[in-house]
Amino acid sequence: MTFVDYYKILGIEKTATPKDIKIAYRKLARKFHPDLNPNDNDAKKNFQQINEANEVLSDPDKRQKYDQYGKDWQHAEQFEKANQEQSSGFRGQRNSNEQSGGDFSVFFESMFGGTEGAGRGRQVKYRGEDYTSQINLNLVDAYKTHQQTISVNGKNIRITIPAGIENGQTIKISGHGSPGINGGPNGDLYITFYIANHTIFKRLGNNLYASIDVDLYTAILGGEITIDTLNGKVKLKVLPETQNGSKVNLKGKGFPVYKNEGQFGDLQVTYNIKVPTNLTEKQKELFTELSKS
Amino acid sequence: MENHQTETFIDIHEFCINHHVDISFILSLQQSGLIEITTIKETAFIDASMLQQLEKIVRLYYELDINIEGIESIIYLLQRINLMHEEISILKNRLRIYESNE
Repeated sequence: MTFVDYYKILGIEKTATPKDIKIAYRKLARKFHPDLNPNDNDAKKNFQQINEANEVLSDPDKRQKYDQYGKDWQHAEQFEKANQEQSSGFRGQRNSNEQSGGDFSVFFESMFGGTEGAGRGRQVKYRGEDYTSQINLNLVDAYKTHQQTISVNGKNIRITIPAGIENGQTIKISGHGSPGINGGPNGDLYITFYIANHTIFKRLGNNLYASIDVDLYTAILGGEITIDTLNGKVKLKVLPETQNGSKVNLKGKGFPVYKNEGQFGDLQVTYNIKVPTNLTEKQKELFTELSKS
Repeated sequence: MENHQTETFIDIHEFCINHHVDISFILSLQQSGLIEITTIKETAFIDASMLQQLEKIVRLYYELDINIEGIESIIYLLQRINLMHEEISILKNRLRIYESNE
């Protein structure tokens, strides 16, 4: 546990008056308040720190204790421990959860015995904090409605992920955030989905795009090719004299429309005509003949 | 999965008691258009879907000493930020289609 300089956090001198503390706190709170910095974890952390600093420095008793023992809080603890042992005569082992590593709250609790005594003096019902989480999917997973169990703050939550969810989309699960304070409602859980694409398809909204190789002979004479879609194989007719870069739109073979069961976008196939290589002498002769015709 | 709000109303007096705020503050929010109040049988209510927004406004006002005009600007700017985030997300997804290696 490392010493936390509350004065430094609020950017004030040790001689700061209560008014100075209030002004400094308000200024920083306006900068880092979570309501003004949605989804910004750094701001949230900063806000917790300045809140904690304010809790201590704006309370004369706490400030006095902090000023007295703050920097040498470890000695203060030893001193208090010795006092307790002397007065009670009990020399039992102390159950301490102290950990080194600079945990801010551990410091606060070691000084002031937890946050319960640090209330704002009024029993206000506060809505619990919102939690945020993220789920990584691949494009194939996102194609079908499926269920997943996620762990949020040690609690397992089973959620249904509707087909067609977008990369970067955030969904809200009401009431699965932090419990409310003093009987207030629970916060919500916000899950953001990140979808990796390792397929041959490019996705834009509900439409998919793919580039498919077609051999020269099929492109010239016409024929049939089989292509893969995210929902199985599809046979495609290739018209005679198909040009390189020609596009075919396959209606309803694209991505599912989010929360519209049975509706799909389109799949646009672009033909990429492959010119044969390593021709035999016979083939070269035939092409030469063709070029003269 | 997503919360589909039914029409649930919260009694403003109850809200004020629970959040230690003055009813006049809520009424001034209504006047500035930040919240809508529904009156049923002479009792004033807010829609439950507005609760989160109202609590945010209360925090901005009481915790940060921001006046109602300031809150109006903040709410507007936060909405714009939100829209811009959504737009960035759409543009990023569109950009992916042109990137060969993902």
